[in-house]
Amino acid sequence: MAANPTPVLQLRQISKRFGAVQALSNVDFEVYPAEVVALVGDNGAGKSTLVKTIAGAYRPDSGQYIFEGREVTIHTPREATNLGVETVYQDLALCDNLDVVANLYLGREGVRVTGPHPLHLLSEVEMERKATDVLRELSVKIPNVRSQIATLSGGQRQSVAVARSVMWNSKVVLLDEPTAALGVEQTFQVKELIKRLRSRGLGVVVISHNLADVFEVANRVVVMRLGRRVATFDTSQSTAQEVVGAITGATLPAAVAAG
Amino acid sequence: MKQVTPHTRSDMPAVEKEALWPSIVRRFQQGNVGPLPVLIGLAMIALVFQIANDKFLTPVNLTNLTVQIASMGTISVGIVLVLLLGEVDLSVGAVSGLASAVMGVLSVKQGWPAGLAILAGIATGTLIGTLQGFWIAKFRVPSFVVSLAGLLAWQGALLYVLGTTGTVNLTDKTIIGIANSRVSIEAGFVIGIIAIVAYAAILIAEQRGRQAMNLPVQSTVMLAWRIGLIALVTVVTIGFMSINRNPNVEAAAVRGIPSAVVIFIAVLIIFDFITRRTRFGRYIYAVGGNVEAARRAGINVNGIRIAVFMLCSTLAACGGVLAASRLYASNQASGGGDTLLNAIAAAVIGGTSLFGGRGRVWSALLGALVIGAIANGMDLLAMSSAIKFMVTGTVLLIAVTLDASTRSRRENTGR
Repeated sequence: MAANPTPVLQLRQISKRFGAVQALSNVDFEVYPAEVVALVGDNGAGKSTLVKTIAGAYRPDSGQYIFEGREVTIHTPREATNLGVETVYQDLALCDNLDVVANLYLGREGVRVTGPHPLHLLSEVEMERKATDVLRELSVKIPNVRSQIATLSGGQRQSVAVARSVMWNSKVVLLDEPTAALGVEQTFQVKELIKRLRSRGLGVVVISHNLADVFEVANRVVVMRLGRRVATFDTSQSTAQEVVGAITGATLPAAVAAG
Repeated sequence: MKQVTPHTRSDMPAVEKEALWPSIVRRFQQGNVGPLPVLIGLAMIALVFQIANDKFLTPVNLTNLTVQIASMGTISVGIVLVLLLGEVDLSVGAVSGLASAVMGVLSVKQGWPAGLAILAGIATGTLIGTLQGFWIAKFRVPSFVVSLAGLLAWQGALLYVLGTTGTVNLTDKTIIGIANSRVSIEAGFVIGIIAIVAYAAILIAEQRGRQAMNLPVQSTVMLAWRIGLIALVTVVTIGFMSINRNPNVEAAAVRGIPSAVVIFIAVLIIFDFITRRTRFGRYIYAVGGNVEAARRAGINVNGIRIAVFMLCSTLAACGGVLAASRLYASNQASGGGDTLLNAIAAAVIGGTSLFGGRGRVWSALLGALVIGAIANGMDLLAMSSAIKFMVTGTVLLIAVTLDASTRSRRENTGR
């Protein structure tokens, strides 16, 4: 959003090569606080590579990674997470056999310190209280926070994965195809959830193939093609046809320069 | 998809009690049938054998049964841990035999004091478990293969340690006393009452904590039921074991809880606590449920694996020490035969899934009771080992089928 001058996260001139394949060439990317950016493009356009670079899973060959105005170097996903950049991959990374509370806290359990590190006692009551509160704030409807993930619907699982990503003071959330496998009602719930993340001031990056969904939730659309960022649209001033044109390379609109 | 579960909506305000029936229904829908099938199975086994031979449900026989399963059950607790990870350990039988041989040889042939010999036996297990766990975690060799190699290698080590004599008859009073002494009736009841009070205190404190945090709590009736049931089982068991078991009424009375049983129950309580209440326990379930998710959550997956295999072999060694103590000897057959299969079968029959991530430590007790009851009952009826093996095999097949079918039901209800 133009009103806020500093992006929470900015990439400059990022390039990444896998052997003979130039996956990303001199890509600029930025997301502002309280903004939803959709990242679209055909298969192999470089969306996933870009998201994995942001998430810390890939190291770029060249380019700058700027977080809240400071240049940083990210070597591992953990470093990105520590900055406040959370990623929800398509597989959601939830443990089916554990309940909602355990999954929200996985790897960051609340404990009462007793004895050696691994034998710390879990603070179940505190975790359940905070989990219940966070889910309520996000209006995520789960029948019971003690339900195993295995018993939840796809939309509920997606919601749990997204809720987990915002529990830890994160500033940027990356969502990879969040509505890909969902039904109509569940897709609606997840879109509402994405809007709520924006109203909490987070920068949200969504990879999606569904342009109808993109136009409903995103403020801007960044189009990738063959490893380059080829166009950027303001969803309030453009149409799906223009975006499709940019994805396929049929038309290159004037909006490219807008950034 | 509409969520209509009014009793358990998380966005309901204030303190709300979860009704008994919906919580049971929810568990069943989650494929969490719990110990119910095993308990029904146990009751049926008891009924059949009691009808066939009225000596089955006598204090002396039931107490013998619990002593017979203590070693198998202890080994099985370790198996539950590795099954929770989605792995398996086929070396537990051989490790238990080797541990008993190390203890026996050090005590009898080398004249080590009992305490040191026992510790050396158990430490042998710990060392082996660490080695196998390291191999599995670092070199990505399936646990099935590593522990199969271990099964052979440790059996060889057992023969090597025993040397040409082949059998070591244990003479040390302390070592024999591990499995063959009894807790006095008074001490038994004191321990039992302390356990019941501690259990009630933990549940009530938890209830208070939840109330203070405005979380839904169990109904008081349900709470009372849980405490009452545990208290009843504890008191009846101790009472049963306090009846004189010596058929010769003139001679000194034999009564009180067998020490082997006390050790086994202590192992169960400790490991139940570790798996359900600590961070380490949570990570075991997480790794067994979804390794990739666990890794991305920053869990040291290899560390968890090594620790679990170490604990499994350590428990196997403890089981070996118990068995040797009960039988007054360690020999070339120690930990051989059906030791391994019984330990794995007990865990699975008790309700621990072969597919990882689901199960409880207590399933080791329930499964060991089933297997022990079948063996014991058939011995009373003077049936041959042939029939015993076939019946145990059938029960195991039923248990695994139950596991597989609840698993597929779970997968169908999810989403």
